[in-house]
Amino acid sequence: MDPVDPVTEEKPAFVEPGSPWIAPGHSYGSVSDRIAGVVLGRTRKGWIFGFAIAFFLFLVLNYGITMLFFVGVGKFGINIPVAWAFAITNFVWWIGIGHAGTLISAFLLLMRQKWRTSINRFAEAMTIFAVACAGMFPLIHMGRPWLFYWLFPYPDTMGVWPQFRSPLVWDVFAVSTYFTVSLLFWYVGLVPDLATLRDKAKNKLAKVAYGFFSMGWRGSVKHWRRHEVASLLLAGIATPLVVSVHTVVSFDFTIAIVPGWHSTIFPPYFVAGAIYSGFAMVIMLAIPLRKWFHLEDFITIRHLNNMGKLLLATGMIVTYSYVMEAFMAFYSADKFESYMMLNRMTGPYAIVFWTLIACNIAIPMTFLWSYRIRTNTVALFLIAGVAQVGMWLERFVIIVTSLHRDFVPSSWGQFYPTPTDWEVLFGSLGLFFCLFYLFARLLPSISIFEMRDLVHKTAEEAGVIAGAAE
Amino acid sequence: MSSKDNDNGRLDLVSIRSKLETDAGKRFWRSLEEVAETEEYKRFLNSEFPYGVEKSRSGMNRRDALKLMGASAALAGLTACTKMPVEKIVPYVNAPEEFVPGKPLFYASAMPWQGVGQGVLVWSFMGRPTKIEGNNDHPGSLGRANIFMQASVLDLYDPDRSQVLIHEGRVGSWSDFLVQVDELRAAHLRNQGAGLRFLTGTVTSPTLGDQLRDLLKQFPQAQWHQYEPLARDNTREGARLAFGEYVETIYKFDQADVIVSLDADFLFTHPAGVRYANDFANKRRVTGPDSKMNRLYAVEATPTITGVQADHRLRLRPSQVEIFARSLAGALGVKVQGLGEASLPNLPSDWLPALVRDLQNHRGSSVIVAGEPQPPAVHALAHAMNAALGNVGKTVVYIDSIEISPTNQTQSFRQLVSDMGSGKVQTLIILGHNPVYTAPADIPFAENLTKVQQRIYLGLYEDETSVLCNWHVPAAHYLESWGDARAYDGTVSTIQPLIAPLYDGKSAYELLTLFQGQPGRTGHTIVHDYWQSQQKQLSPQAFEVQWESWLEKGVIDGTAFQPKQVALRKDLDVTPASSGPQSSGLEIVFIPDPTIWDGSFTNNGWLQELPKPLTKLTWDNAVMVSPATAERLNREMKTVKTQGPGMGPGTGGPWYSPGPTESSKYEVVELSFQGRKVLGPLLVVPGQADDCVVLTLGYGRQRAGRIGTDRGFNAYSIRTAENAWFGSGLEVARTNQRYELVMTQHHFVIGQPSNPREGETVSAFHRDLVRVATLEEYRQNPDFAKDSPDMTTQAQSLYPPYDYSKGYQWGMSIDLNACIGCNACIIACQAENNIAVVGKDQVGRGRPMHWIRVDTYFRGNLDNPEIYHETVPCMQCENAPCEYVCPVGATVHSPEGINEMIYNRCVGTRYCSNNCPYKVRRFNFYLFSDWNTPSLFPLRNPRVTVRSRGVMEKCTYCIQRIRYHEIYAEEEGRKLKDGEVLTACQQTCPTQAIVFGNIRDENSQVAKLKAQSRKYGLLEELNTRPRTTYLAKLWNPNPEIKES
Repeated sequence: MDPVDPVTEEKPAFVEPGSPWIAPGHSYGSVSDRIAGVVLGRTRKGWIFGFAIAFFLFLVLNYGITMLFFVGVGKFGINIPVAWAFAITNFVWWIGIGHAGTLISAFLLLMRQKWRTSINRFAEAMTIFAVACAGMFPLIHMGRPWLFYWLFPYPDTMGVWPQFRSPLVWDVFAVSTYFTVSLLFWYVGLVPDLATLRDKAKNKLAKVAYGFFSMGWRGSVKHWRRHEVASLLLAGIATPLVVSVHTVVSFDFTIAIVPGWHSTIFPPYFVAGAIYSGFAMVIMLAIPLRKWFHLEDFITIRHLNNMGKLLLATGMIVTYSYVMEAFMAFYSADKFESYMMLNRMTGPYAIVFWTLIACNIAIPMTFLWSYRIRTNTVALFLIAGVAQVGMWLERFVIIVTSLHRDFVPSSWGQFYPTPTDWEVLFGSLGLFFCLFYLFARLLPSISIFEMRDLVHKTAEEAGVIAGAAE
Repeated sequence: MSSKDNDNGRLDLVSIRSKLETDAGKRFWRSLEEVAETEEYKRFLNSEFPYGVEKSRSGMNRRDALKLMGASAALAGLTACTKMPVEKIVPYVNAPEEFVPGKPLFYASAMPWQGVGQGVLVWSFMGRPTKIEGNNDHPGSLGRANIFMQASVLDLYDPDRSQVLIHEGRVGSWSDFLVQVDELRAAHLRNQGAGLRFLTGTVTSPTLGDQLRDLLKQFPQAQWHQYEPLARDNTREGARLAFGEYVETIYKFDQADVIVSLDADFLFTHPAGVRYANDFANKRRVTGPDSKMNRLYAVEATPTITGVQADHRLRLRPSQVEIFARSLAGALGVKVQGLGEASLPNLPSDWLPALVRDLQNHRGSSVIVAGEPQPPAVHALAHAMNAALGNVGKTVVYIDSIEISPTNQTQSFRQLVSDMGSGKVQTLIILGHNPVYTAPADIPFAENLTKVQQRIYLGLYEDETSVLCNWHVPAAHYLESWGDARAYDGTVSTIQPLIAPLYDGKSAYELLTLFQGQPGRTGHTIVHDYWQSQQKQLSPQAFEVQWESWLEKGVIDGTAFQPKQVALRKDLDVTPASSGPQSSGLEIVFIPDPTIWDGSFTNNGWLQELPKPLTKLTWDNAVMVSPATAERLNREMKTVKTQGPGMGPGTGGPWYSPGPTESSKYEVVELSFQGRKVLGPLLVVPGQADDCVVLTLGYGRQRAGRIGTDRGFNAYSIRTAENAWFGSGLEVARTNQRYELVMTQHHFVIGQPSNPREGETVSAFHRDLVRVATLEEYRQNPDFAKDSPDMTTQAQSLYPPYDYSKGYQWGMSIDLNACIGCNACIIACQAENNIAVVGKDQVGRGRPMHWIRVDTYFRGNLDNPEIYHETVPCMQCENAPCEYVCPVGATVHSPEGINEMIYNRCVGTRYCSNNCPYKVRRFNFYLFSDWNTPSLFPLRNPRVTVRSRGVMEKCTYCIQRIRYHEIYAEEEGRKLKDGEVLTACQQTCPTQAIVFGNIRDENSQVAKLKAQSRKYGLLEELNTRPRTTYLAKLWNPNPEIKES
């Protein structure tokens, strides 16, 4: 059989001999049709319903932010001593979620992990949307958000610069770099698929729009070559970001002297936590996605199994971090540290702490060892959800329980969330899912060209193409 | 419009004309407007302009509503942007002398408090009084001020002050009032003043006294009554019981080595509290191991500012204090009648003998002080004991009463009310003090007030009394009026106005002069002429010179009373009036509120938000009980169904955002005392005597203003004249209601200690935040407060160190041994630095704004703990954790070692606050500063930015004061002298616990204090290197007493 032209797809389909990363029986054409069909087909009622819910939450977010901007940041439940709470928790949580996308698309690309192919596109989209959600929080939680640009080193006529010793300035660079690189990487990856959509679209508007964004992609060898190089370069740039961004975010805490924050274990601990929550989110997105858009052929049970294993692995790092954090608090013999840990476990927020332990350690670490649970979509979805909640609680515990009882007991206080706190938390979910619904509707959730490549490579491995060529 | 309407609406000139014609014989009409009041004209108007009718009836139609909604939505957006008020400036064409824009002037004056003059020095910026400090030349102040003196400037600018003369509930005119007074005067001149009564508070003003005497001469049958809710009747009667006459007692605490307080809060609630605090602290000042300290024994019910300082504090119910006093008097060998044999069951056996030995070892250098709540017999016993110990003439001095007419005020008031009830009073002139609100519950003043035909009330506010009076004359604030008052030792202080009356208010002097038949005399003339008449030997020119020198100093020299020789009555009989105190059941105790006093400061936001000493309660009062009593009540209380609305929830949010929940929701109990009931939230106070319930006065006001109305509960409603301070037979019942109390510090969550080993106050000691020793321990180990060597390593920093070897290096030392926790520094800071008031809800959310706070910690057992105050301003760390985390460089280090805050640059990330281990930073979560109330604008210190929403703020060591003095010193080409720059807190501290200065100068006071071995810094192990350091607390216990 002749090799297939990936662009024209004119060659007849051939049967793939049972590759584990893609269901059998797929050809270049069937892959393209199936994935592009989601985008170019009719809007489904379920989509409208889901989008409506997300959009409502997005409106709630708008309401919350409007109030914050008009009235003041006092709409949050923050106070002295707990000057950071939900907003920063959300920020760290969302940033963390983004990490899995980068890990999958960049890190696993460099590692030549083929199973990343069918999940990397929507995972990358998840990254961008999550970072967008995250980036919003430091801004809305400023006392004077209209002056946010003072954190950037812009040429001010007064010659005033940001204060570069502050981790918040590092954050600005880390997050904006992360967002830029992720967006570029995602877009570069999208270009061949946009061309496919342009070619397949019947609708005039869609043709023009996809055509515009595919930047004149014709699938020439030159294009492919440059695309390949650009992808690899961006992957190379993005890979360190998997580690660096959350490291910098963890500096927000470790640089401070607050007991419970001031800890050298935080950078690796945060990165592991980020990937943990990120994979939980990928699982939570993948399972409905493959179900609703009938993509089970591409996102196979084996994918889910793998992601479950990654969840288990990162979860174990997180568990180790928790244990070490507690151990060091006692081992250091520092009265403030040890009290902080004691207070976390027995103080007013003990219930949150123990829920977090249950969500992040007890439940996932118990069940994820089982192959049957990892391959059971409902169970895996629930466990990923539990871990997601756990990771949010982890950040809450780190931020709030450390702050609320620090050094001077007279200033101890308590944080209670206000309606605005909840509005922006659930509202940010609304924003995320709004964007994700739009993405799933308008862009291919799975990389078409890479799937075609996978089809090819799988067949090659199985010797089908070799045999055919003989 | 239908023709029918049109018909109806035709201007019915015919009918108007006919109406006029028929009325013409009876009345004049001046204009068509007057005629227009007729029904006919109105009907015409309505039908001609139906749109207008609708408008005037409904107030607003749909279209307007929409317009307004649109506009207000747009405006709501505008208000969110920090708007700067439009302020037109007008330059001086001919600048008045002494007036340098931006440079304050100082005027000496005096504030009458409890009738006694408190010397003040008022800052005036461009003619606006902005801050009150103590007057150095005043014997009662010595340059220091308490919270009431300082906060009184806020009352001056209170937008709720009454601004117009009110007659029968409507705006009246001053000329009408003058006519009315003339008529009254004429009528009473005819009947010799029968039925004419004056009701004042305690009067020490010689001028006002002269006026009143003159009035009583003109109207021989008129009577002058005095009443204040915290009248010092017991003190007066105690002196009369002991000596047969009213005399004033002056205590020389600066010469006393052993002090016994019998329920006396002489450091705070006494009219000379500021002076006594200073004298007391001077005797406790320790400079080295050789220093001596006085020893204070306090016997009291609830921990007061004085009692907390006691080396030995005995918790007794107020009724037991008398038994204690009798035992002590007996043991000291006082021989008076009716002493009897008494013993206290719960008195530690070694206490009394040790105390007696201590007193007898300090004959002539001890003091026994009886507190106002105690009955006259206890005061008499105290006088007798002082005499027996040879203290009279040394530490205890008697002078003539400083009052114009010392009377038993309760009796005087009761007499007035009974006369009112029997219709003997036709005209009642009330000079302030809101008697309707403060009257004892068993003296029906309000009920009988309406039986008086002419009721004239001079008051600062439209309050409970003013609404029941025919005439309410807005009073001039003491900062707006002329006057005089005597200090605790008789020294006359002059009161001079700092500003023209804001609302045309009148002073008491100006009101009385009308009744004297001398209208038109101004306050200045009255006071000036009185003093001129007292100095007849001086020529008018010489008197003017004299007068100006008095005003300049604020006191009239040589007016202090000379010590008076008094002898104990031979027949002194202290037999208890009752058959002995009932020991069963609960005892109710009334105390003045430690922040809003008797209710006269209820509408003062600074004082409402000021955390009360110990409880740290703000914006409310509470039913205070000891831990043991709380447990007992918890077991025994019966539940009652309350009538009426109850107390409401305080504040609190919906279910999904409950706010501070169970820990701040306090159980509301019903108190029944002598048939009267009141509801209040139960609060546990460690260190209070068991089986007594303490209430503070001044809350539960119906008409106080936007700040004070409907806060807390009214303890006056169950306070009787007989039991003005305490009484037995109180019943407490459960109500199943809960009420939120907000505190700035949570000490004990009774019943649910989250972690007993690491309770809040336990860990304060565990963390070495408060360091304490006895004098004996200190002598043996002067370095007890020093950090252990492993904690003092100066760790390395990534960043280059600052150069502290040049210029001034500011630092502060706070002597915990001197600090009495009186809160004066907090109000001083608030006034100096334009600190906003945030309200109960925001305090409850943990957002109070005070830059300096007084932390309270307890040590020892729950029932009778040692209590510590620790004043915490910014530490101005040399290695400040807040600075390096700020992303925009809004908080930076100055070359003088101050951690400076740049509001303009702050974007409000609040990271600095998170990283501040002392949590001294405060954040404007909303636009807390009041940008909308015009009357508050002139109050602000023009040298300090009024912060907008979203910025961090904190103590700056009063940087504006430093810069001001630095600039002037530089102009004069000299260095600043030590003590030239005083921070606001330091300036006002009655005990001089706070000392600030240049630590580079080895001879500065602050450097010397920091060289003491008691010096320690908070959390030095964090390598913050605080510039504010502390001197450890010392106790001087009697070694013979073994505390359990």
